[in-house]
Amino acid sequence: MIDRKTVMHIAKLARLGLKEEEIDVLGQQLSVILENIAILQEADVSGVSPTAHASRLHNVMRDDIPQPSYAPEVLLANAPAQEDNCLKVRAVLEEA
Amino acid sequence: MSELYKLTIDEAGKLLRAGKLSAVELTQAHLDRIRAVDDKVKAFTLVTDDLALKQAEEADRRLRSGQDVTPLTGIPLGIKDVICTKDITTTCGSRMLENFKPPYDAAVMEKLNAAGAVMLGKTNMDEFAMGSSTEHSAFFPTHNPWDLERAPGGSSGGSAAAVAAGMAMGTLGSDTGGSIRQPAALCNIVGLKPTYGRVSRFGLIAFASSLDQIGPFTRSARDAALIMQTISGADPRDATCSPESVADYAAALNGDIKGIRIGVPTEYRVEGTQTGVEQAVRSSIEKLRELGAEVEEVSLPHTRFGVPAYYIIAPAEASANLSRYDGVKYGYSYRDTDDMWEALEKTREFGFGQEVKRRIMLGTYALSSGYYDAYYKQAEKVRTLIARDFSEAFARFDVLASATSPSVAFRLGEISDPYEMYLQDVFTIPANLAGICGVSIPGGFSQGLPVGLQLLGNVFAEDKILRVADAFERVTDYHTRWPENL
Repeated sequence: MIDRKTVMHIAKLARLGLKEEEIDVLGQQLSVILENIAILQEADVSGVSPTAHASRLHNVMRDDIPQPSYAPEVLLANAPAQEDNCLKVRAVLEEA
Repeated sequence: MSELYKLTIDEAGKLLRAGKLSAVELTQAHLDRIRAVDDKVKAFTLVTDDLALKQAEEADRRLRSGQDVTPLTGIPLGIKDVICTKDITTTCGSRMLENFKPPYDAAVMEKLNAAGAVMLGKTNMDEFAMGSSTEHSAFFPTHNPWDLERAPGGSSGGSAAAVAAGMAMGTLGSDTGGSIRQPAALCNIVGLKPTYGRVSRFGLIAFASSLDQIGPFTRSARDAALIMQTISGADPRDATCSPESVADYAAALNGDIKGIRIGVPTEYRVEGTQTGVEQAVRSSIEKLRELGAEVEEVSLPHTRFGVPAYYIIAPAEASANLSRYDGVKYGYSYRDTDDMWEALEKTREFGFGQEVKRRIMLGTYALSSGYYDAYYKQAEKVRTLIARDFSEAFARFDVLASATSPSVAFRLGEISDPYEMYLQDVFTIPANLAGICGVSIPGGFSQGLPVGLQLLGNVFAEDKILRVADAFERVTDYHTRWPENL
């Protein structure tokens, strides 16, 4: 059962703002989903190694050849705020 | 020539190359069709008329000169809005990217452009490709051309509906757990999910990176082969993209499936599958037997763990992939505060819709301290078991055949419980977990609505499943039927 406290903890980890009414709804929906997913525990996985991806490739290498990249103004064209060809962010360190 | 929009890519290509049809005429016919029916279907989020006609003129020049002519030169296509198109708005069905104009083309767009294909526009989808009905689009739901009150499936519902309604000759979609095959089934068209690593995902907006693949929607197996030929192959910008050589897909369509071994998974006959769907699929498989295929039952014992494993793995990967939406680099940004954390949380609160939030929460939960081993690690081990089921099956069989979806198209708004919606993908999800290929083809009708026949193939066996699909089309007419109410 996912209670309010857990929902708010997970939302904090995900940096996801939730409206008041979303907290209860999500708690209830996640509980139902997790109940249905619980049968996973019935699978006998003794001695089974995990699969992280379905690619049959390992350690893909390519030559490290310098290539021109995009101009800063191209990459900044979608930025909500910018200054002097840089992304502009709010203060990260709070004043004492 | 009337009703140009009903031609297949193969048919239109022959006319174009013989000089009996121009790319501009063909493109205009599709733009006219969009204008006539898309108010009702709502398959497109953006129609790029001017660009399409410009590309068509360029295609006509190529066709006249006879230089650089490919099977897709002058063919009008639609592109799922999860695929980056340079300087053309790519929303991913989300408020978060409502005004996002990618600075580059996806690898598949570079290939289509180089082939001289024409882009008609961007197609609607569930937000960030999360959903099975296209109702989770932040903008509007898409309607199924076969019954406008029903869903086209999802997440690539716009791409499927566009092809089914004759608004595009083919489209690209993406399939993470069934997002190409399920809407193809519900809309009576062909939808192919390639082997993981067959098609470059450079420029595909990421949902679950160990599962996502781009693939085509068309009205015939041959057309799917033509698009696959163009978009497949290695790409150094996507390290998961395979160097494995690309088969000649069109050449594989020889109509001969005598002696081909087809397995019918026992576990894919689950409770809740509609009787009409089961009957249609059974009679379709019978037709394959009549064509000379050897049909036998096969067991995939870990099938019931597919949906649960997927709904740990896919949301876990999504929660990591979607952490990039922070309101700083691009996309929606909450501006009404000086506090960095508040801005971040509000950006994500207002930028993401309900289903996306649900999956971010589920994924974050599964990865969080204390739950990682019980959920994520367990799901990855179960994934190994599911992949093993398939390798054992493909040691004995060339192709596995089943229903694509347990039901025909459901009504818009009919499924409100999230987990019930997740069960739509019960037959499609295992293929993504194992990284194998699969195609859904028109496999009959039930209550006047399309039923999809799913053909699964081993890794890089796209040629085999397409051969079976094409052989089936030669003796059936399901794929040639059109929705009457448009």
